[in-house]
Amino acid sequence: MAAQPLMRIENLVKHFHVRLGAFGERAATVHALDDVNFDIFEGETLSLVGESGCGKSTTGFTLLNLHRATEGKVIYQGKNIVELDEKAMRPYRRQLQIVFQDPYSTLNPRMTIGEAVGEPILFHKLATKAELKDRIATLLADVGLPPRFASRYPHELSGGQRQRVAIARALACQPKFIVCDEAISALDVSVQAQIINLLLDLQQKYGLTYLFIAHDLAVVRHISDRVGVMYLGRLAELATREELFEHPLHPYTKALLSAVPEADPVHERSRKRQILQGDVPSPLSPPSGCRFHTRCPIAMDICGKVVPEWREARPGHMVACHAVTEGLPG
Amino acid sequence: MMMANDIRPEPSAKTGERLLDVKGLTIEIETRNGPATIVDGIDLHVDKGETLGIVGESGCGKSLTMLSMMRLLPNKIKVTKGEANFAGRDLQKMSNSELRKVRGGEVGFIFQDPMTSLNPVMRIGQQLAEPLIYHRGMSKAEARKRAGELLKLVGIPGAEDRLDAYPHELSGGMRQRVMIAIGLACNPQLLIADEPTTALDVTIQAQIVDLVKDLRDKLGMSVVWITHDLALIAGLVDRINVLYAGTVVEDAPVDALFANPSHPYTQGLLASIPKLSDERSARLSSIGGTPPEPGRRPKGCPFAPRCPLVEAICHERVPTLEGLNHDGAHRVACFVAQRKLEAA
Repeated sequence: MAAQPLMRIENLVKHFHVRLGAFGERAATVHALDDVNFDIFEGETLSLVGESGCGKSTTGFTLLNLHRATEGKVIYQGKNIVELDEKAMRPYRRQLQIVFQDPYSTLNPRMTIGEAVGEPILFHKLATKAELKDRIATLLADVGLPPRFASRYPHELSGGQRQRVAIARALACQPKFIVCDEAISALDVSVQAQIINLLLDLQQKYGLTYLFIAHDLAVVRHISDRVGVMYLGRLAELATREELFEHPLHPYTKALLSAVPEADPVHERSRKRQILQGDVPSPLSPPSGCRFHTRCPIAMDICGKVVPEWREARPGHMVACHAVTEGLPG
Repeated sequence: MMMANDIRPEPSAKTGERLLDVKGLTIEIETRNGPATIVDGIDLHVDKGETLGIVGESGCGKSLTMLSMMRLLPNKIKVTKGEANFAGRDLQKMSNSELRKVRGGEVGFIFQDPMTSLNPVMRIGQQLAEPLIYHRGMSKAEARKRAGELLKLVGIPGAEDRLDAYPHELSGGMRQRVMIAIGLACNPQLLIADEPTTALDVTIQAQIVDLVKDLRDKLGMSVVWITHDLALIAGLVDRINVLYAGTVVEDAPVDALFANPSHPYTQGLLASIPKLSDERSARLSSIGGTPPEPGRRPKGCPFAPRCPLVEAICHERVPTLEGLNHDGAHRVACFVAQRKLEAA
């Protein structure tokens, strides 16, 4: 892992303006992302975890400029890419790719696999028409599909095979960075393991950097270098995989880890789980102060009033919590 | 935050008395090319007071078996052979009106997606009262009172006030609690939970699993929990049936299954779950290929084309479930596993 960040995210904010009520008579703001700061280093896998609506997918979309950021910066190769218009963004689009959860809805059902994988190659002029067929065959081989699949249609493929095609399509652009937005969540366990192995192989072969968005902590623990935990549009904690799973500091991280079942019946029957009460509040009117304070087992007076500072509690271990005293002077 | 105290060091008290006994159930689906077999002569049973986990990947027939047995599926999916005895009566021989008495009465259901299973234009209280009035013959007022108690039982805050709410006014976790309350309304002897937490977040999933555990112990019912997630049910069930392509390939007490998985498919499933102790980026073992499509089942063992231990006989004959130890509690349908045990 190089010390130079590939991408630096500074004070990123994304608000969606929505209209509520049967006739859209009430305007409201969804606080999808508020004041998010982190770096992504070259060659690493950084995962973002959290429950639905915590803003992990919005982060992925916003830092690729697929959603227009409300505020903040995403610095990539010295440029703040979130202020670029579509045309200026184009050269960066090639380097910054995304793989979605459901490959069935992202692949055009009327395009063969070969056409789908070939399209970005022609668009970005990465190969001539004469070279195209070989290039497609190489890409399919990279994702573990035989060349004859090029003439098939998405409906002829299984879910795992379609996800391989979606990955081949992202690879076709020769990217540096891929956002995997719940890319393996819809797959069966045995197929999921195949795709995880594939992603790890490709990372090694092409030096890829991943932002891995997922809710399955067992998978995240397996593939990540660093892990960020989000809650209701804010980062709660970010640390290396070992730090986060061995020494979680934020009470939300602790509860989240405690809720994950382990494939061990004896351990499962005897373990004491911390079960969070209630649901995640609405991002339309997030709680004041620390957004977790309404469900936090150790909430104090200050938590409802002051937003906790995003600070380094241990080396490389960022956290936003008033109750954490580690790394504070005195 | 509460600490869950419902630790069950011992699996729940089992009577050994069969509550549900499914024998040789075969299910076919009408397709353009004629009928295709999806479930092929499945055998499974649930004892009184027992919690059975049914595990398998999409399309293995885990939901289908339970739902078609209760005639809850569209007409083109049919049970063509076999029997399903519930409390001594064959569900397949029952008339529709007899079966209606069983569904929602003696057998409760929780489905995956409460948003599509609940009626969006009916208040929660009415939906809860419906089975009570139908099965228990309660008056409207009695049913409403009981509905309030049920909501309290499943831990919905301000239960009585919520009776007049519509499903869309509740969160996903709360809606699933309402589903559970409806499933439990008539004190069923058997609760069939079909992937009830798949659509929920992990902290909510933990709440729901603990709730079902708690209620099961309090009410003493049997539970069938259908899932694709082995880890999720590790601390919840007494026994597990692993399904592959419409057949039970392994049937074992939960501890034995995790300690000594014997079918190569079960071994593959367990190995493909990432473990705490794994090195970062260690390769996960995975099962190559994909399950057979219905109607294109291979001759012989359905797992043979993906099996790492495959032998010539596996392509020829279909293995049956055989006991691995003398009491027969741990059974596996695999020629290789069975032979290994004989040799040992």
